[in-house]
Amino acid sequence: MLKIENLHVEVEDKAILKGIDLEVKPGEVHAIMGPNGSGKSTLAQVLAGREDYEITKGSVAFGGEDLLDMAPEERAREGLFLAFQYPVEIPGVSNTYFLKAALNAVRKHRGEDEIDAVDFLKLAREKMKLVEMDEKLLGRPVNDGFSGGEKKRNEIFHMAVLDPKVAVLDETDSGLDIDALRIVSDGVNAMRNENRSFVVITHYQRLLDYIVPDVVHVLLDGRIVQTGGKELATELEEKGYSWLENDVAAAATA
Amino acid sequence: MSTSTETLERFANREYEFGFVTDIEQETIPPGLDENTVRLISAKKNEPEWMLEWRLKAFQVWKEMSEPTWAMVKYTPVDYQAITYYAAPKSDDDRPKSLDEVDPELLATYEKLGIPLREQEMLAGVAVDAVFDSVSVATTFKGKLAELGIIFCSMSEAIQEHPELVKQYLGSVVPRRDNFFAALNAAVFSDGSFVYIPKGVRCPMELSTYFRINAMNTGQFERTLIVADEGSYVSYLEGCTAPMRDENQLHAAVVELVALDDAQIKYSTVQNWYPGDKNGKGGIYNFVTKRGLCAGHRSKISWTQVETGSAITWKYPSCILKGDGSVGEFYSVALTNNHQQADTGTKMIHVGRDTSSTIVSKGISAGVGQNTYRGEVKILASAENARNFSQCDSMLLGDRCGAHTFPYIDVQSPTARMEHEATTSKIGEDQIFYCNSRGIETEDAVSMIVNGFCKEVFRELPMEFAVEAQKLLEVSLEGSVG
Repeated sequence: MLKIENLHVEVEDKAILKGIDLEVKPGEVHAIMGPNGSGKSTLAQVLAGREDYEITKGSVAFGGEDLLDMAPEERAREGLFLAFQYPVEIPGVSNTYFLKAALNAVRKHRGEDEIDAVDFLKLAREKMKLVEMDEKLLGRPVNDGFSGGEKKRNEIFHMAVLDPKVAVLDETDSGLDIDALRIVSDGVNAMRNENRSFVVITHYQRLLDYIVPDVVHVLLDGRIVQTGGKELATELEEKGYSWLENDVAAAATA
Repeated sequence: MSTSTETLERFANREYEFGFVTDIEQETIPPGLDENTVRLISAKKNEPEWMLEWRLKAFQVWKEMSEPTWAMVKYTPVDYQAITYYAAPKSDDDRPKSLDEVDPELLATYEKLGIPLREQEMLAGVAVDAVFDSVSVATTFKGKLAELGIIFCSMSEAIQEHPELVKQYLGSVVPRRDNFFAALNAAVFSDGSFVYIPKGVRCPMELSTYFRINAMNTGQFERTLIVADEGSYVSYLEGCTAPMRDENQLHAAVVELVALDDAQIKYSTVQNWYPGDKNGKGGIYNFVTKRGLCAGHRSKISWTQVETGSAITWKYPSCILKGDGSVGEFYSVALTNNHQQADTGTKMIHVGRDTSSTIVSKGISAGVGQNTYRGEVKILASAENARNFSQCDSMLLGDRCGAHTFPYIDVQSPTARMEHEATTSKIGEDQIFYCNSRGIETEDAVSMIVNGFCKEVFRELPMEFAVEAQKLLEVSLEGSVG
């Protein structure tokens, strides 16, 4: 579904990702963990197509196509979704209007008819229930005046409406209290199926108590230094990232 | 450079869709302005002596005045002797009695502009007066309005048919010596619309005037006067376009509104004069004086403007809140793209007690456009318990344009309550990327973000025009992104 090979990324001549290899098969949930500054969010942004990053080497295939060759909106229409760490506010544009425009762009790409306002509202109401989101947030401007938790729920709500093939969740747990974390996780879990894949980026292990991953990767200084099952997350929680940092340093000097 | 900056740079590619020229037989007078020109215009229009006198006084005043230089706009000086002050479709010699007699070429022009003059094709509920260069060519729905006692006709006709009303109100809100352009307009104005709503009548349809400059090197000097008698209500809309020409053309209009006790006037403008090409060549100089007088108690005047055209815009629709409890409103969207410059805003002069005013201004700059908000809120000592709320927001697209805000506040009453908010934002790459990442194209994203930014103003427009304004904004932004 998603295959990253030897991906090198620079920002302003500074190397951030230094050779990432990652393959996510349909239906799998991969967690990417790592300390601040390890390159986690860069990876998310690069996958979604943010232009500020220079890809110096490597490739990313998405459903067999060259992902890096697609514009950000094409990636979205092909079924890639990024849940933002900091969802952006768009004053004056209602959440409904925005999401309907987005869904219709996706549907048009799939060769489907545009959805009308009545059917859209029906769909939206159904999907909002997944994240126990207040219906009044539909009429409000996109993320404008939303609390941190509301913004994150709104991201998952957008994801549910757009029905992607691969969803990248960038620190969706940050800023969530324990109840919101559970609600958001339940929403994500409800969307898990054999065709849809997830890349869950997080700093903390606690999210992975709720969204249980198939594979855990540890990202340190732009490289995946460890890959394992869900127990790796628990081990990290106990020992901290320094445990692996020492390993890496040792490997580098060896 | 990131894609969104790059795409914003591509702003220059927009096209002006109303830039065609109508090939029609025109009657024009030679360029130049002296007393004889004023006499000639007055004679062409077969005006009574008092009107000629009024014009001549204005001309004397104008000769002694100099062009204002305080606005934040730069332009090649206007040669007032090189302008033609009167141009009319030739058939005007023998004015059309009905639309059937109007030159078909002219009707085709208005159809091209989307102004359905033929009543059977009219948008339900909109009566139109169309001014082509210097003369009003047709006013629709006149009969229906007359049944209610509403007068909606060209200014020329009003001078002939309703001299007492014209004499009473013309120049009562914008005096001839008010400013350089107002004086010029008073001397040479050619036509415009006149509206009178009698006591207690609520005008059942939108009244609309469409202005079109067609002839070359011609100035348009229209004059509009709207009087809403006690307890009446009217909603009025004006729209304007012009062909693409390399020369700059001058448009110096005067609009006066008078609202008596408990009357309400809602005046909406969608201004889309030719803005010049992407290098700043050509375009209309839009130097306009618009002012409303809330003469009566509890009267209300509301200005809504969407300014997307013109090379230079110099315009401050204002309200004098004389009646106790009167209300003034100003809602504005001004877009400057390429080399366009706009210096626009409002004045709210609070004279009566318990008067209140609201100002919401949204400036959008793109290309190398310069957008200035200039406003004054003046609360006189007599205006006890006056209130004002001002909000001035600017949005920048790209990094070569400019936004400026000059809010002047003069409060002479200790009981006044003032609120002022101002923001400047750069259309965020974050916002565009967020839209992209949900499948929305950059061009759609920009138009969505800009429309969202303008929402508070658009919702003040009559519905069908709000849709128009949104479309216009989209067209104006076309090519800016991609």
